[in-house]
Parts: sequence; C-alpha cells; structure tokens
Amino acid sequence: MSTALEHPTYNYTVVRQFAIMTVVWGIVGMLLGVVLAAQLVWPELNLGLPWTSFGRLRPLHTNAVIFAFGGSALFATSYYVVQRTCQTRLFSDKLAAFTFWGWQAVILSAVISLPLGYTTTKEYAELEWPINILIAAVWISYAIVFLMTIKLRKTSHIYVANWFFAAFILTVAVLHIVNNAAIPVTAMYSTSIYAGTIDAMVQWWYGHNAVGFFLTAGFLGMMYYFVPKQAERPIYSYRLSIVHFWALIMVYMWAGPHHLHYTALPNWAQSLGMIMSIILLAPSWGGMINGMMTLSGAWHKLRTDPTLRFLVVALSFYGMSTFEGPMMAVKTVNALSHYTDWTIGHVHAGALGWVAMITIGSMYHLIPRLFGRTEMHSVNLIAVHFWLATIGTVLYIAAMWVNGILQGLMWRAINADGTLMYTFVESVEASGPGYIVRLIGGLCWVAGMLIMAYNVTMTVKRSDAADARQPLAQTA
Amino acid sequence: MNYLWNDSLSGFWSAWVIVITLGSIGFAFWLLYANRRTDKTPDAEGNVETTGHAADGIEEYDNPLPRWWFQLYVATVVFALGYLLLYPGLGNFAGVLGWTQEGQWEEEVAEAEERFTPIFAQYEEIPIPDLAEDEEAMRVAERIYLNNCAVCHGSNARGGYGFPNLTDDNWLYGGEPEALLTTLHQGRNGLMPSWQQLGANNIENLTQHVLALSDLEHEEERADQGAAVYASVCAACHMPDGTGNQALGAPNLTNDIWLYQAPGQSVADSIRQTLRNGRNGHMPAQASYIGEERVHLVAAYVYSLRLEE
Repeated sequence: MSTALEHPTYNYTVVRQFAIMTVVWGIVGMLLGVVLAAQLVWPELNLGLPWTSFGRLRPLHTNAVIFAFGGSALFATSYYVVQRTCQTRLFSDKLAAFTFWGWQAVILSAVISLPLGYTTTKEYAELEWPINILIAAVWISYAIVFLMTIKLRKTSHIYVANWFFAAFILTVAVLHIVNNAAIPVTAMYSTSIYAGTIDAMVQWWYGHNAVGFFLTAGFLGMMYYFVPKQAERPIYSYRLSIVHFWALIMVYMWAGPHHLHYTALPNWAQSLGMIMSIILLAPSWGGMINGMMTLSGAWHKLRTDPTLRFLVVALSFYGMSTFEGPMMAVKTVNALSHYTDWTIGHVHAGALGWVAMITIGSMYHLIPRLFGRTEMHSVNLIAVHFWLATIGTVLYIAAMWVNGILQGLMWRAINADGTLMYTFVESVEASGPGYIVRLIGGLCWVAGMLIMAYNVTMTVKRSDAADARQPLAQTA
Repeated sequence: MNYLWNDSLSGFWSAWVIVITLGSIGFAFWLLYANRRTDKTPDAEGNVETTGHAADGIEEYDNPLPRWWFQLYVATVVFALGYLLLYPGLGNFAGVLGWTQEGQWEEEVAEAEERFTPIFAQYEEIPIPDLAEDEEAMRVAERIYLNNCAVCHGSNARGGYGFPNLTDDNWLYGGEPEALLTTLHQGRNGLMPSWQQLGANNIENLTQHVLALSDLEHEEERADQGAAVYASVCAACHMPDGTGNQALGAPNLTNDIWLYQAPGQSVADSIRQTLRNGRNGHMPAQASYIGEERVHLVAAYVYSLRLEE
C-alpha cells in the first residue's frame, strides 16, 4: 500500500488489510459451500479421498464463512467505526497488526488441520487446542485495542455501533474460552472438560451465542454505522437502540437450549431456552426497525444506490430470520423442523441474507474510502452483484424450506397400521431437486463475489494510478 | 401439591434458577417499561428532535418506541410467564399441567399400542408359512422390515459385508419358522475365535483346505496338509465335511458363500483374515424393540422371501 493513502489521524492500514481479506475469504468460504452443495447432489465429487470428504470440508466451510469472512469483516469495520466515531487513532498499531496476522494464522491453521481430520467435534468450535490458544490471544488483543480506543475517545458519547461491537468482542472471548476448555492429550488432540449433557449444553450455549453475538451483535454494530452513513439520515430512535441493545444481549444468553429440544437436557432447561427465544423476537426486531426507519426520507435513494439496497435487503432478511428463529424454537414447530434442511435454510437466511449482505453493503461503502476514492470502480457491477446475491439467497432458502418440511413430514408419516410410510433413504431421494436448486443459489453467490473481487481490484488499482498523478494524501 | 414439584435439582439450585429466570424476564420488561414515554414532541416530518450528539456526522433522533413493537414485546413476556406457569421451567416447579417430555412420549406410545396392536394381533395366530402367502399382511410386514432391518440386511434383503443374505437358501441358524422366530426374539451372537496361535504356516494350509471345500482354486499340497488341522480344530463346529452346524451358527464352508468377503477382497484373503483375527457377528434381539406381534410378521416376511424366487 502506498504511503500516500495513510490517514493523518487514523490507522487505515489494518482496516484495509482486513477489508481485502474479507473479499478473499468470502470467495473461499462460499466456493467451499458450493462444493459441498454439489457433493450432496453428486456424492462422487468427494473424489473418494478423506481430505475432500463432506465431513471434513463442512467444518472448513462454516469456519471460513463465519470466522474468516465474517471475522475479517467485523475486524475491518469495528476498527474503522471505532476510530471515526471516537475521533481517535487505534490504541496500538502493533497490537492491531498482531490481530490481523494472528487471525490470518488461525484461518490458515483451520485450512490445514480440518481437511486433515483434526477436530474437537464441537460445531463451530472444531479447531484443536493449540489453535484455540492462538484464537484466545488474538481475541484478547482485539478487546484491548478496541476498548482502549473507546477509552481514549475524544467524543463525549460512545456511539451505539460501538456498544454492539464491544458486547460482541467481550462475549465471544468468554464463549470461546469456556466452551473450548479442554485437557490436551496430544499435540492435536484434547478432550472437553465437560461430560455428556453438560458438554452438549455448554456447546449450544456457545453455539447459539456465536450466532447471537458474532453474527448478530457484531453485524448490528456494522449496521448502525453504515446504514445512516450511506443513507445520510439520522438514526431513527436512540431510545429504541438502548432498549433493544440491553434486551438483546441479556436474552440471547438464554436461548441455547432450543438446540437441544426433546433430548436428555432436563425439561426445565428446554422450556427456559424456548421462552427466552420467544422474548428475543422484539429485541431483535428493534434493530431492524431502527435500521429501516432510519431510511425514512431516503427511500428514493434505493433507485440509484445499489449499496444502500444491499443494506436494506440485509435488514429485511434479518427481520425474517429473527422471526423464523423464535418460531423454530417453539417445541411443537421444532419437533417438525429439527434435524431437517429447514435448519440449514434458516442459518443461511441469516448468514447470506443478513450477515453477508450487510457486510458487502458496508464494504462497498468502506473500500473506496480506504483507497482514496469517492466510489467503487463500477456502480453497475454493484447492482449486478446485488441481484445475484438476492436471487441466490431466495433460491437457497426456498429450496431448504421445501426440503425441510418435506423431510419432516415424510419422517413422521405413518400408515394405517402404525408403520412408517417412508424409509429414511426415500426422504433423501425426495430432497434431490431441492439440493440442485440450492446449488444454483450458491453458484449465484460465488459469481457475485467474483464480480465484487473484480470491482474491488479495479477500485484499488485506480487509486494507485491516481496517486501516481497526484501524490497527495487523499483521505475520506 | 407435591406433584407440582420434581426433585431433579437441589433446593438451592432450584431457587437459583427461579430467581435468575424471573429476574431476567423482569429486567427485560422493566427496560421496556421505563423507556415507554418520551417527553419530546414530533416535528412536521414526524420525527422528534435529535439527542444533540453526533458521531462521525451521524445524528440520532429520539423517537418513541413504536406502539406495535411495544405491544409485541409485552405479548412475548406475557406468553413466557404463562408458559412457565403451565410447563416445567422454574427450577423444580413442574408446572400446573404436569407435562414432561417423558410423559408425552409414554402417552403417545400407549396410544399407538392401543390403536395398532389389534391390527398385528390378528396375524399372530396365523402360522408363518400361511401368513407368508397373505399379500396384505406382507405389505405391512415389508414396511416393518424396511424401517428396522433394511439398514443392515439391505432393502432387497440380500445383505452385505458381515450381514447375511436373507433371500438365498443358506441359513446360519436355520430358516424354518421356529429358527427365524428365535433369531428375531433373542438375537444371535456368532463367534469365530482367532487361530493366530496355530502359526502362519497352518493358517495358510487351512486357508487352502477351506478353498478346496468350496471347490475353489487352491494349492493341492497345502490343502492336504490343512486337512489334519481342520479335523482337529475346525471340524467340531463346521463338521468334518465342512457343511457347518446351525445349532452353533457355524457356517457351511462348502457352498462358496462368504459372509465376510469385503468388497474387492479375494476369498482367500477373507479366509486368512477370519482365521487370524476371528469374527464376531451380532444380530440384536428385536422383540423388546419392535414388539412381539411385529416379530411374528417379520418372521413371516423373511420366510416369504424364498417364495419369490
């Protein structure tokens, strides 16, 4: 990066690094998703090799999209937002650089160790103990950089986006350390310090809060900065943000047991998981309302600004999946939806529709500013990306809804004599067409991400060319 | 009112769960209630004045909470409290309905038993060979087979590596109605011991001898040398002529059927592996799992497979 891009006050270097890696890991993670989707249609695509089998690539896909793509996006935006809204430079450039290189080292370790078959078997926490220690070190450094920057702020108030980022950083530190507490046996093997049902409960306390704090609170922080910025409108309600912030972070903590309905988990714990998931509906929608209503008076901008479209559609999918979630947490609904593709569809409504869309919208706002431009190389290509992403998400979710309900109904269908009407394999066969539609949705997403990569590359190149002509510091 | 309480938690932890649950719900509600009003009045556009501070140019209005959202929030809290009154949730308080997932399951099973048992009971008195020719009964039986047995024996009942083919006429424990019922009721445990201690040379000789029993390609000299070892070690179970013994589940070695020939493995290699490491075949008992009446039907189904040939 040319020094001409350096901002006089803020540390943009680490933001640029994370922003670029967001695009790179987005492509890698989603491409892995497409490979897995194809394997479910044509199982021979696992090539008969252990390293490319579904069971090993699946955790690599989830880790790549959540922690590599989503994580890099959160680092980039939180470092950018905290500096801009606190009007101060990051607390420590060196520690910030450590978080970047440390986080990339974590991702590379995952890329190597997961296909080799090293896994703790805990979903979204598959990485083995030496990598977990590195994650903890990086994450604590992240917390120090972020919180100390807030402490050194030159503004009187802490902006709402920073509340969400701070809650996400602190909680993920606690979740990661508690859930991964394990006794090392060999260099790449450990056993959890929890046993049986308690282990399962700790895992899903972690698992659901990974969704609640990593994929929701963190990205709400992103939303609270980039939506008002891109729409150039004030936030709708400060009061609403206070209520929904505190309610969200308090209630999310309780929702984990809904992953363990009708299991060995005691009845009382299951009930608490369910009712708290229902109470979670309004606090979740608080964020959606605050984002949507911020656009009032700026709706006409949607016609010309595909970046804003990404942000608005992200909020719509956020609202939809945070309605779907509490509904699926109700035991009677869960009895039908659990263990089916409906769950996969629900996760992707959140992951593609909300997390990826809000990230991409934010990146299209952020990247030109980081590289001394006013806008992306091509606004039309953003529009193309927007339609590919939206259509891809709709195809994906619709296919999984159909498959999930189909599977749930087939599994419980009985004949007049009480015997099951279908064998399990018949439900797999019936899911085939849905898997093809899902694959098409995934291909739309990867195509969109490749277009984004081209657009970003051209934007960065043009900024270099501009520097050559006019070697003055350009700052956003 | 004792039935309202169960004893899964100690008194302290039960109280702890109750206190933090109600405390958390109370906090969530207080948060909402305390912020229900704003003293600021909306402007012409419908927005109230901003808070006065700006972050990187972003201002914030202080609009009141949307009414429908406020009501939605209250409704979920009310639902939650109602649920905790009716269902288990507050520590050891079992809920007014006395519902448990175990209770629900037992109820559903009892209901199903009552509804479906008569359907199967009508077949129970019919002898298996006759039942096997009853098409209606066999359609029912096939569904039980597909959902319970096919996972090992295959949907076409032709078995697989380690799982016997049920469509041929080769039976480890016998294919007559009584034998089938015993297998299904009690399960079977087939045990072939390891003969590692005989030494590599004897194992090779025995391998060639067993190949000879099924008229497969073999080394004549070794097969002859293996005969003596066979007589002293193997004949007790597999019989001197190699035709096996159904009382023990010892397979017939003369019919060229090899239960443990892995895909891609030669017969000779599978025999060597069996002799070196032994085998342990396990057929789980089904009666306690699918019920007596269904066992009778499944036995008839397995019996019927030979009729299709």
